[in-house]
Amino acid sequence: MSDHHRLDAPDPDGTRGEKHTAGAFDIRNFIGALLGLYGLILLVMGIFGDQALQKTGGVNANLWAGIVLLLMSAFFFVWARIKPIVVPAHVEPVDDDPARPAPKRRPTGS
Amino acid sequence: MHALAGLPTADALISAKPVDYLIIALYFVFVLGIGVMARRAVSDSIDFFLSGRSLPAWVTGLAFISANLGAVEIMGMSANGAELGISSVHYFWVGAIPAMLFLGVVMMPFYYGSKVRSVPEFMFRRFGTGAHLVNSISFAVAQLLIAGVNLYLLGSIVHALLGWPLWVALLVAAAIVLSYITLGGLSAAIYNEVLQFFVIVAALLPLTLIGLHRVGGYQGLKDKITEFATSAPASAGVPSAEQQLHSWPGQALSGFDSPFWSVVGIVFGLGFVLSFGYWTTNFVEVQRAMASNSMSAARKTPIIGSFAKMFVPFIVIIPGMVAAVLVKEIGELKAGGTPPGGASGEGVKYNDSLLLLMRDILPNGLLGVAIAGLLAAFMAGMAANISAFNTVFSYDLWQRYIRKDHSDDYYLHIGRLATVGATVVAIFTATIASSFSNVMDYLQSLFGFFNAPLFATFILGMFWKRMTATAGWVGLTAGTLSAVLVAFLSEDGFGSASLGVIPLSGQGAAFVAASAAFVVDIVLSVGVSLVTEPKSSAELRGLVYSETPREELVDPQERTMPWFRRTLPLAGISLGLVIVLNFLF
Repeated sequence: MSDHHRLDAPDPDGTRGEKHTAGAFDIRNFIGALLGLYGLILLVMGIFGDQALQKTGGVNANLWAGIVLLLMSAFFFVWARIKPIVVPAHVEPVDDDPARPAPKRRPTGS
Repeated sequence: MHALAGLPTADALISAKPVDYLIIALYFVFVLGIGVMARRAVSDSIDFFLSGRSLPAWVTGLAFISANLGAVEIMGMSANGAELGISSVHYFWVGAIPAMLFLGVVMMPFYYGSKVRSVPEFMFRRFGTGAHLVNSISFAVAQLLIAGVNLYLLGSIVHALLGWPLWVALLVAAAIVLSYITLGGLSAAIYNEVLQFFVIVAALLPLTLIGLHRVGGYQGLKDKITEFATSAPASAGVPSAEQQLHSWPGQALSGFDSPFWSVVGIVFGLGFVLSFGYWTTNFVEVQRAMASNSMSAARKTPIIGSFAKMFVPFIVIIPGMVAAVLVKEIGELKAGGTPPGGASGEGVKYNDSLLLLMRDILPNGLLGVAIAGLLAAFMAGMAANISAFNTVFSYDLWQRYIRKDHSDDYYLHIGRLATVGATVVAIFTATIASSFSNVMDYLQSLFGFFNAPLFATFILGMFWKRMTATAGWVGLTAGTLSAVLVAFLSEDGFGSASLGVIPLSGQGAAFVAASAAFVVDIVLSVGVSLVTEPKSSAELRGLVYSETPREELVDPQERTMPWFRRTLPLAGISLGLVIVLNFLF
């Protein structure tokens, strides 16, 4: 990576934290989106599709499951919105360990 | 049933409609999407192997559960529920929760605080090369074999559900797991595990609720099981309604006639030796906690996981029990019959309970969600095995013993290659598993009790500073060998290869093998330690309880958190809830 200017020494001023984005894409949005899509599909199935009442014992299962999934989906979106992930300003490097072989960080110029 | 009988190959067990395929396809789009997104976030090997130690506790906690919520768990536990009833909950409430709490409260500070990247690396710090090599090689081999079993189960379910040929299903499943792990490393595996958790719940919760509705609620289920147990022919060996509906003393599960020994067996065999060995030393699980963003989060990972784990039996075992009274074929099987059909095409087995229940009670739509959930679960298991394998292979074997001083990029590259290699080997072991599926089942439970000597060595090494490096590898090797010996001498510990000298089979054999390994390991470790030279105190800091300052074992941040976000109160609540559950059922 060209923006990566550090030698194999530990990072003194926490630039590793700056470029560190492993937690930045938020899994809650993924969960919310998938559950939301499932909820929509089931809701549509529940309203227009075959309700298969003899299978479910008289309950419109798709409809109810669709509603619950949409609520769950909304919960995850709202949660991700209210408490967004803060990318840590400084992540302690775990590499400067004499007990291990090898330089742990990529050398410069590579 | 009509269309199923005598058509073992191309006929699908369940009739999926386009809407079901759409739901399944959506799931795979998301799985791969997470892999691609995680790819952008991976910048070095720590990111790839340990997710940069950046994940919050609820993510790692759910991943901790998901990594274990694989094919064996879901199919196996619903099968147990159908066959034996409610006592299968012991695998969760006795056989998992206490060990998970112990991991979080007692052992995690050493794992996380010592900044090791894997469980074998902890072994290296504490005991040096011998124990490290034994542990890393046996772990790596075990993961490849278990990944193969998971892949085979995944392929066979795709085959049964969608009617694809087994080899196509195997290759497609392997390709999907491979692509998201090589792209995104552990982050992708963990994020997918969290997503999988919710899809699995979305799949199994409606199944449970509709199933219970069909039989008239939990009371209706009890009545039907009681009726079934009294009317079933004695030759079928159906456990009594009393045993099927109460978790204790659990004779149906343990196979012991005496209620007293049944309780002892469950508490010590399942609850202590087997479960502590598995949950506290298995790197597949511990790796999830190591990826968390603080000591506090690492300790809370298994504890948060325990809250989810405690309720998994309700959506896994109860559907199995419902299937036994609602699904015609499972009822026939339980009454001693041999109904044709099933996922294998060679007759219905208890493992088919969940699939047949899905067929009978879910409308199209929810059926798709249910299939997606099962596929999710099976991929989770395999992905967890492979992501743990590539860490141990790259860091513990390749970097330490084969190519030492290379750049980080190099090891990242090796990690990706290891993933590809592991997947190819898994396809190969899956094809072996397809011809010897029983042997593979046994292998898997065997690796389960390989963890018993590991736990003995760890727990002794963490709390007894006198324990020496020699004792580490001697105890581990001798313990493992004695487990193998017991399994070999038992009736079926190794399937047909066992000699049957000791009159033990099934769970009983596993329990005795694990206990033997545990005891031999402890005795030898203590003996050898007393005659060899221990490490100096300075070397043991962070690794042994008495040599580590207390403040290094706790997270200083935790004091500022409200009580419900601290490790110990959470663990206490979890333990209390499990005790209440044990009284209720």
